[in-house]
Amino acid sequence: MQSAITNTTTRYGWGMIILHWLIGIIFIGQFGLGFVMVRIASQRTAFELIQLHKSLGFLLLGLIILRIAWRLGNAAPPLPPSVGPLERRAAPLAHLALYAFQIALPLSGWALVSVSTLEIPTMPFDLFVMPNLPLAESDAAEGFWAAAHWYLAYAGIALVALHIAAALRHHLLLRDSVLTRMITPSSGGE
Amino acid sequence: MYARILGFAAVAACLAMPVSAAISLGEAAGSYSISPAGSSIRFTIGKAGGGGFNGAFARFKGTIRIDNADVERSKVDLTIYPESVGTGQGRIDAFLRSDAVFDVANSPEIQFRSTSVTRTGDTSALVTGRLTARGKTFPEKFTAELDGLKAGTIKFHVTGKVLRSRYGMDVGTPLYSNVVDFDMTLTGKRG
Repeated sequence: MQSAITNTTTRYGWGMIILHWLIGIIFIGQFGLGFVMVRIASQRTAFELIQLHKSLGFLLLGLIILRIAWRLGNAAPPLPPSVGPLERRAAPLAHLALYAFQIALPLSGWALVSVSTLEIPTMPFDLFVMPNLPLAESDAAEGFWAAAHWYLAYAGIALVALHIAAALRHHLLLRDSVLTRMITPSSGGE
Repeated sequence: MYARILGFAAVAACLAMPVSAAISLGEAAGSYSISPAGSSIRFTIGKAGGGGFNGAFARFKGTIRIDNADVERSKVDLTIYPESVGTGQGRIDAFLRSDAVFDVANSPEIQFRSTSVTRTGDTSALVTGRLTARGKTFPEKFTAELDGLKAGTIKFHVTGKVLRSRYGMDVGTPLYSNVVDFDMTLTGKRG
């Protein structure tokens, strides 16, 4: 009996499941936090929320790198037979796009703080100073990366919404194991 | 040499000095109003990862009174208008003026009232006083060094460190140090 931590050919292991939900929750939380922090009236609260958003962004980047490494070393179990041919082609593309957004969002945020003329240091969770990316600082570059981060966030959250809708469709309409196998390893067994 | 000759604090003790090199305390004594023209109030806050964050206050007023008989009975009053803060970055200035830091709408003035002046050298003194900002008052110390005295104008270089957290301005720590390093040039004109 293999350990339930790694994936097998029939189910996801705990490693993938925990990373999936942790990243999912932080990713959606970051969208909400980003939305609120630039609209809040109190400048002090806004400043503190922005620092929290930066800290969570770096945590997310670390978790995503771990997740990609895990995924590369652990093949995902194949889709159940209930999944049709079109979905069978679309699902890997959607998942690849989700991974691309998970990488692009923290990186574009990092670029944004690196080029900002405000020159605010980054200290994830007040633990250590995160160096800036080697990009030239200017108002124009700040405007560019702010817009890029913003559009990526909206596109990313739309993709997440699609991902959630697909998972619910599998669970509620198709009644297959696509959602439940991402909840516990035992649910995926054939 | 220049500073020694002009050393107001030294004067009282230097009756033995050649008359030509000394100025009488009576010359330095008097009341001066701080003139923004020859004065500046700059500050630096250290940043995590190195470097500092620099700013200055453009508007302030005050008086320096040097006691005729006893330098240690001299007085300094300074009022700073934090709305005049400038860092060279408009967004940061707006942040500093907001209720995150100075809250200039509710606390338009920062005040310093000296409570004692202690001589620390020929031309230097430790000025202790009460600093009031955002409704909170704490004792603070500044070092004053005489920088020039001529024709009714007196100039001091004043430095000191203030912990901003005590005044409800701890936002941004530890990204930005709690210690604010002040570096001021205060020029007083007699009268």
